Amino acid sequence: MKKIQFALLAWALALCTPLAFAQSTTKIKVGLMLPASGTYAALGTAIENGFKLYVTEQGGKLGGREIEYARVDDESDPAKAVDNVNKLLKRDNVDVLIGTVHSGVAMAMAKVAKETGTLYIDPNAGAGAITGSMCAPTTFRSSFSMWQSAYAMGEVMAAKGYKNVVTITWKYAAGDESVGGFKEAFEKSGGKVVKELNLPFPNVEFQPLLTEIAATKPDAVYTFFAGAGAIKFVKDYAAAGLKKSIPLYGAGFLTDGTLEAQGADAEGLLTTSHYADGLGTARDNAFRQAYAKAYKVEPDVYAVQGYDAAQMLAIGLNAVKGDLTKKAEFAAAIEKTKIDSPRGPFTLSRSHNPVQDIYLRQVVGKENKMIGIASKALADPGRGCTP
Amino acid sequence: MDRSAALFVALVFIALALVPLVAGPFGIDLVTKIMIYAIYALSLELLVGSTGLVCFGQAAFFGIGAYADVLLSPHSGAPSLLWILPACVLCAAGAALLIGALALRTKGVYFIMVTLAFAQMAYYIAHDTPLGGGSDGIYLSAKPVLGQWLHLDKPVVLHDFTLTCQAAVFIFLALMLRSRFGRALAGIRVNEQRMRATGFSTYPYKLAAFVISGAIAGLAGFLFAVKDGFVNPELLGWHLSAAVLIMVLLGGLGHLRGALLGAFTFVLLQEFFQSETIFGAFAKHWHLGFGLSIIAIVAFVPRGLVGVPGQLRERLLGRAARSAKKLPDDFF
Amino acid sequence: MDFTAFLVQCLNALQYGLLLFLVASGLTLIFGIMGIINLAHGSFYMVGAYMAYVLAPIVGASFGGGFLATLLIGVSLSVLLGYVLEWAFFSFLYEREHLQQVLMTYGLILVFEELRSLLVDDDAHGVASPEWLSGTIPLGGLMTYPVYRLFISAVCLIVAAGMYYVFKHTRLGMMIRAGSTNREMVQSLGIDVTFLYRVVFAAGVALAVLAGMIAAPVSSVYPGMGNSVLILCFVVVVIGGIGSVRGALLAALLVGAVDTVGKVLLPQAAGVLVYVLMALILLWKPEGLFKAG
Repeated sequence: MKKIQFALLAWALALCTPLAFAQSTTKIKVGLMLPASGTYAALGTAIENGFKLYVTEQGGKLGGREIEYARVDDESDPAKAVDNVNKLLKRDNVDVLIGTVHSGVAMAMAKVAKETGTLYIDPNAGAGAITGSMCAPTTFRSSFSMWQSAYAMGEVMAAKGYKNVVTITWKYAAGDESVGGFKEAFEKSGGKVVKELNLPFPNVEFQPLLTEIAATKPDAVYTFFAGAGAIKFVKDYAAAGLKKSIPLYGAGFLTDGTLEAQGADAEGLLTTSHYADGLGTARDNAFRQAYAKAYKVEPDVYAVQGYDAAQMLAIGLNAVKGDLTKKAEFAAAIEKTKIDSPRGPFTLSRSHNPVQDIYLRQVVGKENKMIGIASKALADPGRGCTP
Repeated sequence: MDRSAALFVALVFIALALVPLVAGPFGIDLVTKIMIYAIYALSLELLVGSTGLVCFGQAAFFGIGAYADVLLSPHSGAPSLLWILPACVLCAAGAALLIGALALRTKGVYFIMVTLAFAQMAYYIAHDTPLGGGSDGIYLSAKPVLGQWLHLDKPVVLHDFTLTCQAAVFIFLALMLRSRFGRALAGIRVNEQRMRATGFSTYPYKLAAFVISGAIAGLAGFLFAVKDGFVNPELLGWHLSAAVLIMVLLGGLGHLRGALLGAFTFVLLQEFFQSETIFGAFAKHWHLGFGLSIIAIVAFVPRGLVGVPGQLRERLLGRAARSAKKLPDDFF
Repeated sequence: MDFTAFLVQCLNALQYGLLLFLVASGLTLIFGIMGIINLAHGSFYMVGAYMAYVLAPIVGASFGGGFLATLLIGVSLSVLLGYVLEWAFFSFLYEREHLQQVLMTYGLILVFEELRSLLVDDDAHGVASPEWLSGTIPLGGLMTYPVYRLFISAVCLIVAAGMYYVFKHTRLGMMIRAGSTNREMVQSLGIDVTFLYRVVFAAGVALAVLAGMIAAPVSSVYPGMGNSVLILCFVVVVIGGIGSVRGALLAALLVGAVDTVGKVLLPQAAGVLVYVLMALILLWKPEGLFKAG
């Protein structure tokens, strides 16, 4: 019987040795680490679709080399993040890492990528640390930083003349960075954040805090929530009767992808983000048409971010003619190029974060319609990044 | 002592030692993870298999060991293994003392729920308070070293060090379970009331077992933090507590080698169901197959894999074979 | 904090506690009377919420039914579901050790989550509260209180009263109370314990599903929503005493109060306070506040 046990053990151990050896050098392997399950699954799909759309538009080749993919479902679980990145790097031997939605997982990706010198493009996660303390010459971001959309909204609300504002968000890194960015802009212009309310992430029992807001009677409220929390907050805010009396403002994701669920409660809300509906530019229209044709759904901000990640990869690869060992030239090429994105052209800051226009949007029906530019060519300060 | 069991365990350790020679970097990583989980499972085997205390909060001690490493490590320069390893183990043991003192006032079903609740408390401390660094987790700035040659940031060195720890824990537990202390624990597991009736004060023994178990789980957590270089609150989450219970049951309760088998099989089972080569696009629903497997295993193989040879023997050779087998004095 | 704000916070605490009681009562019944640890109880709550989401348009389209019709149909379906589940799965757990029950029901959670993913989807969804309950009650100045939350509290109180009546004044309740104290005795008295257990289990499931359905407009539906509720239910049952519905009510109200106070006064510690409460109560009474019954 012990022989059977040992044989099983040996067989199973043999399974561990990598079955696939390194691919031939003509193809570039792109490792997609995105959520395929859980609440963020739709976002992961959008990013992947956007990325692949660009590659298809280039004929499946970037920098003269064909692109192939390896995928891992990160399940938005930071506990498995390092394991999953290692699967892509050590088992699948990818050349480029793309991912992800959840900031905690992306932070693990950024760390491993930095330590191994792997090229890494972040197509969503907005944590400051990724282009801050964990920045690297091989790390790029095609999305935004939490600070950016919040700072822009701070400027907008200061310009509207509000003096006293209450902020409310989840107590976690993204929430802290959002409120921090907002506060920086708002208080610079003489406004005051009278109360910073928060609750543990991802708790959605907002009632006690809504009562607090009503008791404090500020001029306006600034908030950051995303996903299920955003849906609930907007609905609860309206249900508490506050929508009519204390205007609510938010950073982008409050109304991105949530309008269907929020219904009439979201009507008229103003938010800031780096993308909007109804931009009307030729570039955006072409992108939206192509995406809708290929995937039968309208694209969203996540699809744009994925699309732009592929653009950035293409720019770099074209500059080094497909030779990924030339990391310095790769980075230099992307740093000095203006990326022609559906959101509008943007460049990269020193810490490789997009320097872009932040739009002011209003909810009209089921769309976040752009009504103006909140902040032109806003750059994330990249605090903590030592080049 | 069962000779075939001892031989099996020895062979396992030799095979694990040879892994760096045959496997690539991913394989070494995977095996190191399995060994860390095996140490984690051994800690729970002491509680559940040997003492009969079903603890549903073991992840708390695992996570505390991991977080202790990250929080105690200096920001620059590698800490010495000589102080940081004992420090992390002590943190976990301390937490086990506090939690055990309260939880062991309850019994049976209550104990299960109370240990779960306390682990959740630790989870929320890591998740919500500044102490824990929040839901995104914290980076480990430098991995420990010992002298010139033992650098734990090198995968092969970490693999060998983990193997040494695993062997040490195994031998320690095997010796402990043979001692008077171990016999007392076995007595508590079989019938606590009877033990108390004979004048044995069972509470200190249970608490001691709880603390030792917590310390070993903390060791496993420490190694995990060193391996990943990154900790987050999910390490204290109840899914990890459930996972180690599954490992121990899967391998076989009451046998130390069951913990090894269970950790190994558990990880392989997960890898199997997550594999896109086998399941294609359905792989993202791997929890379904995995959940069904757990139900099936608990329903049909409740004595675990260790009991499989015995069950097969019974089926094939009938009752006579069972009576011929020695009574289970082997917990090895 | 002025008086109106204080009053509203009290209402918040009450509503939160009562909803928690509704879910936890099912857990403590199943626990206390059948002796099974059921980790999948949170999944029943999730099933209820998703039922509200999925059934509402179907009910509206097929015969123009509204919110109450959806509730009725959902609860009826859940009784059926509970009956079938008990027969097919849970009846095999009675003779098993607690560890096995824990692991088998844990596996069931995973199965339920994936079924949810396969049958519905992975997105978060909102559920509309019915028109006639969507108003708010002004409470002086800027404060208002949503009528729907009052509705939730009312439903929970009615159910609690109903349970009390059934336990104290009906034969079924008597059998249930007897069965929780001594199963074998009840069996030897000729009462069909199997049928009794099936009924109790179905009732437990129905309670959790009802809670999920009425909570859906307020909590929205999303993956994993059952897990956080489950742990809190366990805390409520531990504090209240296994098998004691009275204890579950008191414990749930305590938890609601502590949680609300925590959110307002100590937001960082809010998650931990409930467990501190549990630890303190266990120090004082290791078996919970009340005995079974």
